[in-house]
Amino acid sequence: MPEILASVLDGLLIGLVYGLAAIGLTLIFGVMDVVNLSHGAMIALGMFTVYLLFGVGIHPYLGLVPVAVIGFFFGVLVYLVAVKRILDGPPLMTLLATFAVSMIITGVGTAIWSTSPYNVNFKVVTLNILGYTVTSARLVAALAAVLVTAFLYYFLYRTVLGKAVRAVANNRVAAELYGIPSERILAISFGIGTALAMLSGALIATLFPFTILSGGIYELKSFVASVLGGLGNPTGALFGGIILGLIEGSVAPFIQVSWTNVIEFVIFVLILLFFPTGLFGGRR
Amino acid sequence: MKLFGRPFFWLIVAVVVLFAVLPMVGDNITLRETLVLSAIYIILATNLNLMIGYTGYVNFGSIVFFGLGGYLTLWLIGEHHWGLYPSVLVAGAVTSALAFLLGLGVLRLRGAYFALATIGVNEAVKDFVSNFEPWGGAEGIFLPFTAYKAMGGPGKALWTVYLLIVLVMGLSLLLSYLIKRSKFGLGLFAIREDEDAAVVLGVKAPLFKTIAYSLSAFLPAVAGGLYFFKNGSVVPEEAFNLHLSIEAIVMVMLGGQGTVTGPAVGAFLYERLRGLLLTLPGLSNFHLVIAGVLLLLIILFAPGGLMGWLYRTWPRLRGRLE
Repeated sequence: MPEILASVLDGLLIGLVYGLAAIGLTLIFGVMDVVNLSHGAMIALGMFTVYLLFGVGIHPYLGLVPVAVIGFFFGVLVYLVAVKRILDGPPLMTLLATFAVSMIITGVGTAIWSTSPYNVNFKVVTLNILGYTVTSARLVAALAAVLVTAFLYYFLYRTVLGKAVRAVANNRVAAELYGIPSERILAISFGIGTALAMLSGALIATLFPFTILSGGIYELKSFVASVLGGLGNPTGALFGGIILGLIEGSVAPFIQVSWTNVIEFVIFVLILLFFPTGLFGGRR
Repeated sequence: MKLFGRPFFWLIVAVVVLFAVLPMVGDNITLRETLVLSAIYIILATNLNLMIGYTGYVNFGSIVFFGLGGYLTLWLIGEHHWGLYPSVLVAGAVTSALAFLLGLGVLRLRGAYFALATIGVNEAVKDFVSNFEPWGGAEGIFLPFTAYKAMGGPGKALWTVYLLIVLVMGLSLLLSYLIKRSKFGLGLFAIREDEDAAVVLGVKAPLFKTIAYSLSAFLPAVAGGLYFFKNGSVVPEEAFNLHLSIEAIVMVMLGGQGTVTGPAVGAFLYERLRGLLLTLPGLSNFHLVIAGVLLLLIILFAPGGLMGWLYRTWPRLRGRLE
């Protein structure tokens, strides 16, 4: 029993990080109806950014700040180059455009780093809390995910810019009529979504070894988490991530790890079929 | 429709004959191996076009049909000692039937939700097969050498399989053409333009979509069976390669979605380009980047693809070159 509880706890902690990644995906969908297929590449980019920063002596946790800033501006750039022109076209176009971006990032990344695994090798302590052993890295990653989410909520609900983002998500035309520069808001939202993806990648990099292709797995997990929570709903995405982590944690002691993916994708397809707005309702 | 009186029909026949005869001249195996890949790409792109171009549903996981066909075929041959012909036909029929059942569910979703679901289906099947011991788990299925004996030894078997793949390519083009010219095809186009309006006008949209989905599964599954039989083995990573699925979308877009010629030409060009990039020294690492840039440029500046450009330049081609 204690092993199972420990595994569930591990799942909960990693689930918060999944949740953070999923919020990035769901935010972009909620604001502009774009399923960002470059999400995984952005996650991988976050991993390698924190790796590069660590190489020049910046502690991974300190590196989160530049990762977020780089992620934001990179996201704005991607929006302006690849998404803006075709935003009003059929959904296929934005899916393909963001996938093209993913191919470009992955291709350049493969050329630079090949597909061999890397890791960020910093000092991790093992903590003993109430008889459960947890690595400090997991605890900090989960805490950071919670902090970033809280910060995002403060931004979305308490600042003028954040309220503008929510207004555009609700009704772009109406927001425009109230004088909100929706073009700029869309670019900012894409930037924030990308920053969240890269942040979650950076956090994952402190936990596991990674390759340039690792982003794909977490992209799929983000899809599952955000669909669980209802596409376009950030709170739902966070809980979706937690549920995903809990599922992984609670089945891990009983079956081979490789089966968890099957379970996740079956749940994913079933949720899409029977609860297309997710367990927590669609966009807010 | 008088099929034999149509020039376009004879164009398809000519392409098939060219594919079949060219490598036979002087027993050119290098050319055959290049063309087999082109033919497979043409099959994948042409059938995918039935969903993307005709019906307007973006199937991101179309490769799942190809992979399932491959697995079923090799399992029937390797485990049950069936012949190649019944195996690929049964594999195609079973995959098509599964697609029909699946389609009843996932085709209720639209737009991005449908695209996500198809990715989910492919990944779920891949992960399932990777864990499914009767199909060899992550190691996949290997055919014993004796499997080729019934066809007169490996050398001869490979030629037979090549010709069969070319035949399937021809059938794919023909199917695509026939659907485009039929009332059924008209229904699909109506769904693509505005599904709700189509339903109001009496198009049985759910049935039509599901049949299109199921049809688009049959020939790729047969092709998968033939292709992996030719390889002698099938592994999950190769059979359910999501990347190839998306490359197939690139081919469809490159050539021009919704046309018969477009996806085939797009597939052929994409294969040539890919081969070129892979062999050029220094560029092999960048073939993904170049494909990505190409895709982005098409989407941003030429969403009609090659055929869209041709139709604009020579409007009289419309209706002749389908």
